[in-house]
Amino acid sequence: MCQCAEKQPHDETTRRRVMEAFLGGGILATLASFLYPVIRFMIPPPVADLGGSEVVAAKAADMKPNSGKIFRFGSRPGLLIMTADGTYKALSATCTHLGCTVQYRPDMHEVWCACHNGTYDVNGRNISGPPPRPLDAYDVHLRGDDIVVSRKQEG
Amino acid sequence: MSVFTAIYRWIDDRLHLDDILEFLRHKVVPIHSLSYWYFFGGMTLLLFIIQVITGILLLLYYHAGASEAFESVQYIMTQVQFGWLIRSIHSWSANLMILTAFAHMFSVVFLKAYRKPREMTWVSGMLLLFLVMGFGFSGYLLPWNTLAFFATKVGTEMAGQVPIVGHPLMVFLRGGDEVTGATLTRFFGFHVAVLPGIVTVLIAIHLFLVLRQGMSVPPKVELEWEAHPESRKEMRFFPNFALRETMAWYVVIGILGALAAIFPWNLGVKADPFISAPAGIKPEWYFLFMFQTLKLIPSKVWFIDGEVLGILGCSLVALLWTLLPFFEGDKPSNTKRWITGVSIFALFYMIGMTIYGYLAK
Amino acid sequence: MATLRNKFVPLGAAVAALALLSSLAPAPRVVHAQAAPTATAAPAAATPVNSCLDCHSSLPEPYGVTQDKFSQDIHSQKGLTCTSCHGGDNTSYDPTVAMSPAKGWKNFKDRKSIPQMCGSCHGNPTFMKQYDPGLRTDQLAQYHTSVHGKRLAAGDTKVAVCIDCHSVHDIRPPSDPHSTVYPLNIATTCSRCHSDAAYMKDYKIPTNQFANYNTSVHHDAMVNHGDLSAPTCTTCHGNHGAAPPGVDKVENVCANCHVFQAQMYEKSTHNKAFADRGLPGCVVCHSNHGIHMPSDAMLGTGPEGVCMRCHAPGDHCDRARVRIQNGLSQLDDSITAADKELRLAEDSGMEVSEARLAQDQAKDSLTKARVTIHSYQAALVENDIAAGMKIANKDLQAGKDAMVERDHRRIGLGISIFAIVIVLVGFWLYIRNKHY
Repeated sequence: MCQCAEKQPHDETTRRRVMEAFLGGGILATLASFLYPVIRFMIPPPVADLGGSEVVAAKAADMKPNSGKIFRFGSRPGLLIMTADGTYKALSATCTHLGCTVQYRPDMHEVWCACHNGTYDVNGRNISGPPPRPLDAYDVHLRGDDIVVSRKQEG
Repeated sequence: MSVFTAIYRWIDDRLHLDDILEFLRHKVVPIHSLSYWYFFGGMTLLLFIIQVITGILLLLYYHAGASEAFESVQYIMTQVQFGWLIRSIHSWSANLMILTAFAHMFSVVFLKAYRKPREMTWVSGMLLLFLVMGFGFSGYLLPWNTLAFFATKVGTEMAGQVPIVGHPLMVFLRGGDEVTGATLTRFFGFHVAVLPGIVTVLIAIHLFLVLRQGMSVPPKVELEWEAHPESRKEMRFFPNFALRETMAWYVVIGILGALAAIFPWNLGVKADPFISAPAGIKPEWYFLFMFQTLKLIPSKVWFIDGEVLGILGCSLVALLWTLLPFFEGDKPSNTKRWITGVSIFALFYMIGMTIYGYLAK
Repeated sequence: MATLRNKFVPLGAAVAALALLSSLAPAPRVVHAQAAPTATAAPAAATPVNSCLDCHSSLPEPYGVTQDKFSQDIHSQKGLTCTSCHGGDNTSYDPTVAMSPAKGWKNFKDRKSIPQMCGSCHGNPTFMKQYDPGLRTDQLAQYHTSVHGKRLAAGDTKVAVCIDCHSVHDIRPPSDPHSTVYPLNIATTCSRCHSDAAYMKDYKIPTNQFANYNTSVHHDAMVNHGDLSAPTCTTCHGNHGAAPPGVDKVENVCANCHVFQAQMYEKSTHNKAFADRGLPGCVVCHSNHGIHMPSDAMLGTGPEGVCMRCHAPGDHCDRARVRIQNGLSQLDDSITAADKELRLAEDSGMEVSEARLAQDQAKDSLTKARVTIHSYQAALVENDIAAGMKIANKDLQAGKDAMVERDHRRIGLGISIFAIVIVLVGFWLYIRNKHY
């Protein structure tokens, strides 16, 4: 680098400009690439799913009396039922016999498993067929237009 | 007058920064063949800062509770924009931090930087090392997956083996007799409040001591420079060394980003307290050497229970290691060589046991 | 499980011997009688003097009944004792008095009267109500309709009577795991006669049912998975009214659990075809006792194939079979391919739990398609397969999208690394330039 005296001032400027471009541009670029994910991270996602304790199972407008709907709760399916008299029930949809997904039968007003003809009432109690245990029941609340299902509080 | 100058003037009028700036301007870093090891302390600090930032970001979405923790981490990994990145950086940075902390500690040992007058720096550093491992242990449980659950069970069980205080200690750590949601809450409190508070104070002390006392030089280089003063080489901290350290920090950030993007941290399976422990439960790699040592100790040594002996032994070694500077006097002596020998043994022992523990069933 | 009939002679000899002993040694009898109240007075007042047990507890099988054994009997626990069934006098140590027909003593050696005796209480609802109002009281009536009951009425005492299945003197309720009629034990109980080739020689029915059942998926469910609702002998044959369901009623039995398959079968061509030829419905393809987990190979032409046992190659049914088989393997392959792609994505660190959950639905469709086989209409099966394919393809796409996302991440990383390299070069140049 000690040939500076022989260099033209023009080259000096170019060298310095290149260096500044690398350094300044580089620092800016890296800061941007650090800040961009952080800022995107801080913006809440559209699905404000609050972990596995609560989920919006359906909108009130979507449910008709004497009907059922399968929804996702954590990593397992759940069954939301609107009974004929308009109350909501929410149960685990995994049959306690061999794990098939149960369904609501409007003709029987009961929960039924197609695999081996097991039946539960709308409160989850196993009433006929092979299922050895009731279905887990969940709490259901209406929040505005959302039907929110949450796990029962631990005692 | 530029903006920066104006701001400087405003602050200087109120705080009189001259003497501080003079002090900083004269800070030098000794340059010799082993100078690169000086980077490791700063790298550990960088990684700690990254942990604090990513940790705070994770706090925006994490729920600490047995029924929510796993799902909230899953949410971060899948639903939150760049959540996978922030979480993976946090996990990788944790591991890298422990690695650099150990590298920093061992470099201090071999460069003999713990000698008088730097005993307090060493002790505060050792305490920081233990606390950093505590960070690792408490943080590992927070995603509430099977591996973490059982690793915590085994780890706290060992704490319970300490004579007399063991059981109360274990109950204190676990928030009960067993590892439950209460343990998770407690570990969360340790991880985000208690440990950060203590560690910040200790880092401040540690950094203050380093700034005040300057960098130490290895004995051989010291002798060389005393004999030939003209061979002494130093570099100003600001801006020379600082620029180079910034480059090193950029490299670390790059490595961290690559690890996080190419090897994202996995979720595992949600913990179920009622299943039996899967075979081959191991703690995280930084505890492996201790874990493997304990496994090799026979169940009864003389009349003492093997595990108790192992834990007391480890604790004793940790204590002696913390008091290392006080074994070495000023004058050259056999102790110095002996300590170097023990340190080399310790390093290879830890590396060997870690590999053994990793490969063992 | 030999009949009591064969032991008649030794029984008579033992009784005679006892009678002789009792007449020769009154003194020990008195001592014994005095000892008895203290022995039995210690427990609750519910165990009064019982001369039957006192003698019979020291006799060998099958006359030996100890207090220990009898105390496990549900009847003993409800306050009944020897005389409740056998009659006689349990306060006397004189066998001629204790076992006197005048006092109502019965020995049931002819076996024929056992059902009647048990039914005299168990068939009386008013009587049974004081013990357990929930118990059925039609067992005897059912028994009369069973093969065992009918043959017994015709004079065959080799057949099972109440005590052969329920044991005697240590009868436990069916809910007790040690009971001979606890669901897990029922098949073993039936096999004591029905697997004994020598014993069953005259009946001209097979004796391999138990062996076959033990290879079945129902046995596996019960024994290996603890599913007590899985069928055992009595589930299909009845317990007290035990009889084979009848060739034309087999699918009714299976239909109790396998509802959809039965409904489809009922509406299908096979229903009438099998009925007309006297073939036993479900059993034709699935066997009766050795029912194994069905596989798609049953639709094939290999050793497990069932269709080509009747159908001719190349005919309409064979072509339908091929369509069904192809459709099922197509869906199976699609699900496997999607699983593989998702696995690849997961290993690369992508989170695909939503698609994993949907895979369960795809697998449900495959199960449903396999159920629809029983309609024997390829078009219906293809409907279910199409639904499953839609989901499996979506999941495959999700896996592929995850891999694309992974690539995006790598590109993003690449850009950051590039920027970092620029910065490092910049720093280096700066340091050099300023001679720092």
